[in-house]
Amino acid sequence: MNPPQEEPPAAGGDTGRRGDGPRRFARIWCRAVYPETATSMTRDEFEAHLVSLTEQLTDALHARHFSPEAGRHVGEALVDAHCTTAEALPRILGIIDAYLPLYCGAGSGLDAEEIRVRCGRLQHAMASGYAASLQQRTRSEQEALSRATLSAQAAVARALHESETRFRAVFEDAAVGIGIADMDGHIMDTNRAMNRMLGIAEHQVRASNIADWTHPDDGPEVWRMQAELRRGERDHYQVEKPYQRLDGTSLWTNLTVSLLRDADSRPQYMLAMVEDITERRLLNLRLRYQATHDALTELPNRAMFFERLEQAVAPSPGRRRVGLCYLDLDGFKAVNDSLGHAVGDRLLIAVGERLSMCAAEPGQLIARIGGDEFVALYVDPPSRKAVTDLAQALLDELATPVEVDGRELMVRASIGVVEGPTAELNANEILRSADITMYRAKADGGNRYALADPDSDARAISRHHLTHHLPAALKGSEFFIEYQPLIRMEDGSLEGAEALVRWSHPRHGVLGPDRFIPLAEHTGLIVPLGRWVLRESVRQACEWQVQGIGGSRPLRLNVNLSPRQLNHPDLVDETVAVLDEFGLPPGSLCLEITESAMVRADDHELKPLRQLADLGVGIALDDFGTGYSNLASLRRLPVSTLKLDRSFSEGLQQHPADPVDMKIVEGIVSLAHALELSVTVEGVETCNQAERLRELGCDSAQGWYYARPGPPERLPEAV
Amino acid sequence: MERPVWAPQGVDLSVPSVSRMYDYYLGGSHNFEVDRAAARRAVDAFPGLPKIMQANRAFMRRTVRFAVSEGITQFLDIGSGIPTFGNVHEVAQAASDEARVVYVDNDPVAVAHSQAVLDGDERTGVVAADFRSPRAVLDSPEARRLLDFDRPVALMLVALLHFIEESDKPAQLIAEYRDRLAPGSMLILSHASTDGGPRTSEQGDAVTDVYRKSGSTFVMRGRAEIEALFDGFELVEPGVVLLPNWRPDTPVDKEDPAAFTGLAGAGRKA
Repeated sequence: MNPPQEEPPAAGGDTGRRGDGPRRFARIWCRAVYPETATSMTRDEFEAHLVSLTEQLTDALHARHFSPEAGRHVGEALVDAHCTTAEALPRILGIIDAYLPLYCGAGSGLDAEEIRVRCGRLQHAMASGYAASLQQRTRSEQEALSRATLSAQAAVARALHESETRFRAVFEDAAVGIGIADMDGHIMDTNRAMNRMLGIAEHQVRASNIADWTHPDDGPEVWRMQAELRRGERDHYQVEKPYQRLDGTSLWTNLTVSLLRDADSRPQYMLAMVEDITERRLLNLRLRYQATHDALTELPNRAMFFERLEQAVAPSPGRRRVGLCYLDLDGFKAVNDSLGHAVGDRLLIAVGERLSMCAAEPGQLIARIGGDEFVALYVDPPSRKAVTDLAQALLDELATPVEVDGRELMVRASIGVVEGPTAELNANEILRSADITMYRAKADGGNRYALADPDSDARAISRHHLTHHLPAALKGSEFFIEYQPLIRMEDGSLEGAEALVRWSHPRHGVLGPDRFIPLAEHTGLIVPLGRWVLRESVRQACEWQVQGIGGSRPLRLNVNLSPRQLNHPDLVDETVAVLDEFGLPPGSLCLEITESAMVRADDHELKPLRQLADLGVGIALDDFGTGYSNLASLRRLPVSTLKLDRSFSEGLQQHPADPVDMKIVEGIVSLAHALELSVTVEGVETCNQAERLRELGCDSAQGWYYARPGPPERLPEAV
Repeated sequence: MERPVWAPQGVDLSVPSVSRMYDYYLGGSHNFEVDRAAARRAVDAFPGLPKIMQANRAFMRRTVRFAVSEGITQFLDIGSGIPTFGNVHEVAQAASDEARVVYVDNDPVAVAHSQAVLDGDERTGVVAADFRSPRAVLDSPEARRLLDFDRPVALMLVALLHFIEESDKPAQLIAEYRDRLAPGSMLILSHASTDGGPRTSEQGDAVTDVYRKSGSTFVMRGRAEIEALFDGFELVEPGVVLLPNWRPDTPVDKEDPAAFTGLAGAGRKA
């Protein structure tokens, strides 16, 4: 305890009855007690408070009739001033005991012993008042705290209830179906949307277990993920899942299941949210169907066929094979052309139906992949024969005429069959091989199937390959022109040259026209190719004229024209434009058309040739003698030259020459001359041959005897 | 999972509450055994804590009187805790008849008790909100009813910010409050710190640990960090100082040495 620093009061002091004893006592008291208080009063405020308490004690000490009651009040007041630490009371009482009689006892007229007794009794009362007050305060504070806690809990409960109400509203009125199940799968609660979707009453849903909601179309992953969720290994999954409604219909849903854990993260509940996607799925299925099926025949289309074929050849364990029948109707174009597209379409529908009947086994698929092209895919056929049997079955199915609009139509088809191990094939190769093989079947007369074999494939593949690369070759200037001199028979002079197009193929070397012109003709590329040949050769002819090659008479340029070019509407305009561009006289150009193309052409198709002939362009009938033309028809053709097929000149190679051939050539020449046509012979290889043909009256000739085809700069050598 | 803002805060009496621990330090009985046990561990780790709290309390009273003397009669006391003797509204109302006080706490028990204590006091309100949601505080009906944000307000963050982690960006939060305060408003702030005081940083770590183990966050900050919190306010004399040294009423040489722990200051918005 701190020693008092105040001067003790002088006994019987003269500063009033009590003097400044109480004030000085309070200062000592404050110094000792203030550190043990938790009061918010400042030290000065606290000391002032103690002065007032000291006055009360002093009053009691000096009272005529002593009552310790003041001690109680002071004890209570000290508690109110927060002198409540464990150390506070001993300090309070210690200072009272030691200094109260000393500083406040004087002036009462009581003896020291009485003062001491009274001081002791006041201390007892103070302790009692202090204890009672502290107990009271503690109780009231504890009660206030309990009330506050209860009130806070009530507020929380209220808020929880509100929150619960809000959640309940969300839960009940949500458009998605929501269900909660315990970890055993018992469904505990479902909302209205869920009950509506499942089409059953709430109590029926609640009586069920999620395992009751298995559906035959469930994906294998659904129940695997569900098991993982249940074991707590997964917190969430989302799948498309069907449900069986009580009325037997299927509900398709987008199902999201979440695991709800407790505070210790133990799995407690499973929450399922279900979105009805039945409509959307139907729409998707419809769109998918439309994307994978042919609108006309409703057969799977090219996209779906390829998808299946890709699947079939995708790497997989085990030895697997695949078979494919590639079917193309024979002469379908004729049906379309003669009976119209409506009939053609109905024929295709009928064919589709028939073909479908042949391929009903698992692993078999009939698809329409082009206009009149169908395929039968056979995944894992038991044998190669099974695939050729299928091809034969397809042909047999088409053997009975198809009735369309009361008209019986014969349907024939050519089928290319491919069969082999998937490991060695890819989808594109299979399809190409089948396509090629189909063409072989067609070339062999149609109405049959052919089985792919590597040799014929190889030949055809290069054909296929060339077709494929033609457009790029034309763009990439892989074509060039060689010129074969035409010799005037009467004097052996150079009359002109035939332009012969070549393809300098980067891999296959130089290809002759027989290799690619039919392909170009087939694909239509002949038109731009022909246009290029005409322009380039006309340009070359002009160059020769400028160089003075051929002397006073301008050289004639022969250019081949294909049937397709013949039908091209711009033939006349383009030809005239090219001649104008380079300034070549029309008479210096001769267009060669095969006899077969010419005799097939009707008057309408001959019109452009007639226009060109009227302009002075020469027209030569190429390969004459092979087309079985009606000689009489020569009169109506706008032709100026006959080019005798090499087969005639071949007979004159022998020594002595074949007299029959001699007679024929002689006859043709005289007929031609009678019609005012000149005659050119091809394939002249020997001197004798040349001599005979000259004697027979042929006007001009070309052949190896004179010169082989060569680059333009070699032409002057032939003179 | 993120708790929705409108979901109620629970009352978990098995977890110590910082406001009830504070009441215990001040000798109150608004506490449960779980609070007292945690508070005793804190005092063991950091001797003299009750004296520091008392000094903090005294600082708060001085700043309220100072604010009133500067003409501020509106007080926004965030983290007000359990009302005990000598609260802000008592001091403020004693100093000015116009004083209006809004108490804010996120402890539902403290809020409920405050509401009981303040029942009938029209000039004082209680808001259940978190300092970290300035809009919830500033836009609360009580704040709108009692405070005129066009006039200066004393924002009191007394012994609060050491419960706010750096990841909650206290400076940014203060700025949000500051931006709503009129010029002349004041930020009054005290903060746990071992800077400049008799306690070691190890003792600081130990008490931090006690609070963290009791489920609270607790961050000791240094003087520079605390001064930085006054961004946008001009510190009034004597700046950021040890609790008893902020504009003392009586000579500080009689103060308990333990009280010279923790930093405090006040700043004025220009």
